[in-house]
Amino acid sequence: MKLTVWTYEGPPHVGAMRIATGMKGLHYVLHAPQGDTYADLLFTMIERRNHRPPVTYTTFQARDLGSDTADLFKQTCRDAYERFKPEALIVGASCTAELIQDDPGGLAESMGIPVPVIALELPSYQRKENWGASETLYQVTRALAKPCQQAERLTCNIIGGTALGFRHRDDVAEITRLLSDLGIAVNVSCPLDARPSDFARLGAAEFNIMLYPEIAETTCRWLEKEFGQKYTRTVPIGVGATADFLAEIEEILGTTLTPDTSTLRLPWWSASVDSTYLTGKRVFVFGDASHAVAAARVANDEMGFEVVGLGAYNREFARDVRTAASSYGVEPLITDDYLEVEAAIEALQPELILGTQMERHIGKRLGIPCAVISAPVHVQDFPARYSPQMGYEGANVLFDTWVHPLVMGLEEHLLHMFREDFEFHDAAGPSHLSGHSPAARPDPEPECVPTEAEARSIPISEIQWAADAEKELRKIPFFVRGKARRNTEKFAEEKGITAISIETLYDAKAHYAR
Amino acid sequence: MSLDVPSAGCQDAPILKERGQREVFCGLTGIIWLHRKMQDAFFLVVGSRTCAHLLQSAAGVMIFAEPRFGTAIMEEKDLAGLADAHEELDREVARLLARRPDIKQLFLVGSCPSEVIKLDLARAAERLSETYAPNVRVLNYSGSGIETTFTQGEDACLASMVPDLAETSAESLMIVGALPDVVEDQFRRLFTAMGLDDVRFLPAKEAALAPSVGRNTRFLLAQPFLGDTAAALERRGAQHLAAPFPFGADGTTGWLRRGAEAMGVASADFDAATRIGHERAVQAVAKVAETLRGKSLFFFPDSQLEIPLARFLATECGMVPLEVGSPYIHKGIVGADLALIPGAPLLSEGQDVDLQLERCRTSRPDLSVCGLGLANPLEAEGLATKWAIELVFTPIHGYEQAADLAGLFARPLRRRNMIEAIHPARAS
Repeated sequence: MKLTVWTYEGPPHVGAMRIATGMKGLHYVLHAPQGDTYADLLFTMIERRNHRPPVTYTTFQARDLGSDTADLFKQTCRDAYERFKPEALIVGASCTAELIQDDPGGLAESMGIPVPVIALELPSYQRKENWGASETLYQVTRALAKPCQQAERLTCNIIGGTALGFRHRDDVAEITRLLSDLGIAVNVSCPLDARPSDFARLGAAEFNIMLYPEIAETTCRWLEKEFGQKYTRTVPIGVGATADFLAEIEEILGTTLTPDTSTLRLPWWSASVDSTYLTGKRVFVFGDASHAVAAARVANDEMGFEVVGLGAYNREFARDVRTAASSYGVEPLITDDYLEVEAAIEALQPELILGTQMERHIGKRLGIPCAVISAPVHVQDFPARYSPQMGYEGANVLFDTWVHPLVMGLEEHLLHMFREDFEFHDAAGPSHLSGHSPAARPDPEPECVPTEAEARSIPISEIQWAADAEKELRKIPFFVRGKARRNTEKFAEEKGITAISIETLYDAKAHYAR
Repeated sequence: MSLDVPSAGCQDAPILKERGQREVFCGLTGIIWLHRKMQDAFFLVVGSRTCAHLLQSAAGVMIFAEPRFGTAIMEEKDLAGLADAHEELDREVARLLARRPDIKQLFLVGSCPSEVIKLDLARAAERLSETYAPNVRVLNYSGSGIETTFTQGEDACLASMVPDLAETSAESLMIVGALPDVVEDQFRRLFTAMGLDDVRFLPAKEAALAPSVGRNTRFLLAQPFLGDTAAALERRGAQHLAAPFPFGADGTTGWLRRGAEAMGVASADFDAATRIGHERAVQAVAKVAETLRGKSLFFFPDSQLEIPLARFLATECGMVPLEVGSPYIHKGIVGADLALIPGAPLLSEGQDVDLQLERCRTSRPDLSVCGLGLANPLEAEGLATKWAIELVFTPIHGYEQAADLAGLFARPLRRRNMIEAIHPARAS
């Protein structure tokens, strides 16, 4: 048993729902108790879908457990088929139904339903949402993909977009457009917007694009084995990754591609002098492994930030995160316990968090700006406008959304210079973000009681702050104060200084100057 | 109109009973408001990842001010041996109580998986109560979907508290059901004005303020979904005062009057205490009701508030109910409201969501009251909706909230009118 307050991932049957709801013509019959239907609202409310997810639940109750829940499942299956007439059915159990062991797969297969019936085994007490999505896509592909003639023109499949994915709708569109400009047509894009009948044509493509490894890797491997289709490994988030992604395609095809980069603006936006103030901003990156690793690369190589922390909540892909973390010289954080993530952020005092909605809340509490880069999703992660993360437009979007929460360059200088101004002070937050800035916090000057967040970051050593040094520290704007405190203490510790004076503060400043 | 006028209403109307797919929350959902109401209580769900995900999703926005609830997620090894599961539970509780010394009441909340594997939380609660007495009282109830529908979770929670309430022989009035603090204070003031200055509320804000109960206790239900709690109180000798529910001007007056009469308040004192509030509510509702009058209404089953709300919307706002669906219809509790509903709406109990959607599409109501899973799909078909969960998250009881309650139903209609020209489902 593990006490959990907030979770990064839902149960695996929610992953299966993401596949079914992203598709058309597939129906999911889920053996589940009353109450599990809450999952519908993820799609209808968070993603604003205008139709019910194609899921029929048995919604058994206690009184049914005494009689025959297997009959209830069969009746539900029959009714769902008759009502919705899908091209294929997937059937499975949620956590509770798994315990009563009715074997939905076996039952459904014996019923003579005239369309493919695909049984899902999703162990709810071991696995989570992403794994459930991956396994469902794999089972659907195995059941429906058939050997077929290769298409005459050059095509590929885009694999991995689902319902309720972080910007999946726009990523699929952006990559489709990028490829089409290069003369590569999309044979099948799945599961998002695909029909079961489209899966039969998967084999006609020359190669596959593994858009989201968490969801698509197992399927891409199987397709490679079965149909000899090579697949891309790089997730094209950022300028460098998009270039690597195209290079992979060149290698697969043995040709040279000449992409039109005229709409790619990130490089110049990053090079122009206004962006100088971004240099070395300390960022903490957390999300699903693929998005976190991609974001760290963009942060370091393309924004000129310093990656001070990198982590992911899905253990299945921990290896990628460890490799990336070591290249930035940071400790990888692999955990699905948000309290651990919060503790890490509090200790590191980054200037920007690139995380999920969980980290956005952590940032709000600690007064650290955050841009969201990964699921779990929130209604805000489904903007009305086109807002991909991948390809050239995706890179432009990253630049804008990551810079947006920060205090702008000149404003940052002014805050340093005129700290005491009663209207224009750091606690008021970035001036272009009045609605989003951290609430003005009462400034404890002149007695300088450290805030709770700051106090917890003081190492349990003998180091003491002299009153005047503490007061001097308060003159540093809040968005860099945590870093200054941490650096000074680290410096004092190294030098064996136990009492921090104003001199120590400025010695440390000089020491860490860059 | 007055609620005292005898009326045939729907008291004896036939009820369509359905047993198909139910599109409802389970009882765990009640934790979202209960944990805010009881400030020294912690709700520990013993369940699965699904339970944790439900609580997080139903809360809509995550409550990051460390919520006073959590889920002990069972893993493979907990399923293998129940003895180990108890040990694991004890360990998690110890860790939790060490971190949260402010907790005085701990609810172990059963879930579908814990019920199916027959994890005995009553025994665990007893054992843990002994360990942590007298600082922490450990109670248990089930919020599982196989036993409870949405608001029944609150019923199960309150019912679990009744056996522990202190005994009293004093003449007293108790209000039962979690109410927002502002509403509780308003009711308290009204009763005080009638001369009843020791009205108690269950649940109380803190364990130490819990009401006592006995043969001379009379109680009013503030919520229609508290059948088990009412039965538990009756077992302690208390007397249930059946009344219409306190929604709108008339509902509130009828409800207050039932309590006042039972406690021997003189009619003149009652009128003096309630006249202003009643009139203010009538006037405020009248303004909002302009949008609602003559509009047809369809309730999908959700919180068991459906019948009292249909009564309010029909008799005080002039709406026309076409179907009133409720997870359960407990005539001993909602009888007074049922008798006042005019016309002949279809009453349905339980659900077969696909069949009910067909009825809804056929009757094309002006407003459908439904859960979050159905709202946007119906809107996309051009049917205006009111999401029902707001009705348990918003102060809606009593005189001062009467117009707010009507407003919850009027706003979707007003909005629909305002954006009619661009609405994707506009009939062309």
